[in-house]
Amino acid sequence: MEQPRRPRPAWTRRIARNALTDTGLYLCLMAGMVWLLAEGTQQSGYNWQWYQIPKYLWQITDQGLAWGPLMQGFGVTLQITAVSMGLMLCIGLVTALMRMSASLVARGTARVYMELIRNSPLLIQLFFIYFVIAPILDIPAFWAAVIALSLFEGAYASEILRAGITSIHAGQWEAARSLGMSPFAMYRHIILPQAVRRVLPPMTSQAVSLVKDSALVSTIAIMDLTQQGRMIDAETFLTFEIWFTVAAVYLAVTLVLSGAARMLEQRDKTNGHDFQPQERIP
Amino acid sequence: MKLFRHTATAALLCLVLLAQGCGQPPRESSTPAPSDARTSQLEEILKRGTIRVGFDTFKPWAIKDRDGNYIGFEIEVAKKLAEDMGVDVEFVPTKWSGIIPALLTGKFDIIIGGMSVTPARNLKVNFSAPYEFSGMSMVASGTLAPGRDSLEQFNTPETTIAVRLGTTAAEAAKNFLPKAKILFFDEESQTIQELLNNRAHALVASSPLPANLAAEYANRLYLPLDDDFTSEPIAFAVRKGDLDFLNWLDNWVRVTLSKGWLQNRYHYWFATSEWESLIE
Repeated sequence: MEQPRRPRPAWTRRIARNALTDTGLYLCLMAGMVWLLAEGTQQSGYNWQWYQIPKYLWQITDQGLAWGPLMQGFGVTLQITAVSMGLMLCIGLVTALMRMSASLVARGTARVYMELIRNSPLLIQLFFIYFVIAPILDIPAFWAAVIALSLFEGAYASEILRAGITSIHAGQWEAARSLGMSPFAMYRHIILPQAVRRVLPPMTSQAVSLVKDSALVSTIAIMDLTQQGRMIDAETFLTFEIWFTVAAVYLAVTLVLSGAARMLEQRDKTNGHDFQPQERIP
Repeated sequence: MKLFRHTATAALLCLVLLAQGCGQPPRESSTPAPSDARTSQLEEILKRGTIRVGFDTFKPWAIKDRDGNYIGFEIEVAKKLAEDMGVDVEFVPTKWSGIIPALLTGKFDIIIGGMSVTPARNLKVNFSAPYEFSGMSMVASGTLAPGRDSLEQFNTPETTIAVRLGTTAAEAAKNFLPKAKILFFDEESQTIQELLNNRAHALVASSPLPANLAAEYANRLYLPLDDDFTSEPIAFAVRKGDLDFLNWLDNWVRVTLSKGWLQNRYHYWFATSEWESLIE
């Protein structure tokens, strides 16, 4: 039940509720959190040594700028995620198409792969590939990590792609078939270009997950960002400073990724030629 | 919708304030922070009636027996220490790489976990007098690196060494084998797996693990060195600035060493295998 209100000047109505109250509440919330954090760190009696951190990121030497161990690890993390991301998309697309194919074998294989991967922890898959499969086939640690990551994320990517492809209006399929297109040409020119636009947002969050999940490869002794952080932590016990820094680096990567995806979406919107089915024909 | 948003924000705000209220320990006449030196940790433990001990599993320092109880040299030391102090003991198993931060933030009172004294660790914690000495030794793969018998032969760029991250074994491997490629794992079991999979030429760990491994896998592994190549003092670690507690611990070590109790137990856990039947 809305209370009858006294009329107010137009500007207060517009600003008061939306901007001022919300800003106030937001500031209160943030101040509360900062206070909580400050009080907590003070209570724990932890001896903060932030001045120790920059040398692990970079060092200025006679030859110029030299990257510290954290940045070197960051390079490895970028390599692993970049390769895994490419493989993830390939595996995802193949699995999605296999699940929609007429062949029972293809559908069954894709289904078993997906259920197996999605219902078991990534850490165990990683250990299994590194400690059991890799020694037999003589796969280096880097590739064991990439295979485990892309298989894991690919299972999720395939569901996203499948949802995107099945969301394309039946009329598009019919039109493509009636033009006499081969299945390849149909996917290539009609279905996938539209599906890709629709799956961009969920695919971005999948890519972000991939970046974060890549931290697990440190358990198989790969010198990625997390492993470098663990090494420095083990030597210096600057636990909180190191882990906050490492978290900030991951955050920076995922924010850049999300930003890039948002730009792509925006560009698509302004170009605005998504073949939306015309429901009402004049 | 707007109403909902405001309610949600207000609720969140209340939650934060509440968490703040709960997170604080009851303030009994300006409670000191854990690192504050004014009240001794010792007094707190006696008042509480329990000493909380942080450790991680290392065979035979601390291991689980068949029934899931912790046994081992350190467990006995901790129990004896608590008995002499007249309090109960509470064991807090903690991952080795996070054990010092856990001590610093007050998750337990003392680390009794076969911790070697190192200058870097000593910058963050205080150590008691050493109650034992531990050495590093090495076990090598018979298929990948057969017939080597000195550290120099492992100090080559082609050699891969597996160690557990954050241990003095990792430090020793870096110091003594600077040219070798060193792989750092989180668990001892992973370093052993790596060695058995023939992906590492050797494993560096504190005695007697390498000797035990060489005996267990006699056809695949061997001991390249006859003796330990380091000798590191093992001591209790406590938070900084608590001289009372440290003094008590130092003297406990002296007294218990003079009685021969520590030597006796060390011999049982490190030189005999009578306890093996307890864990199988």
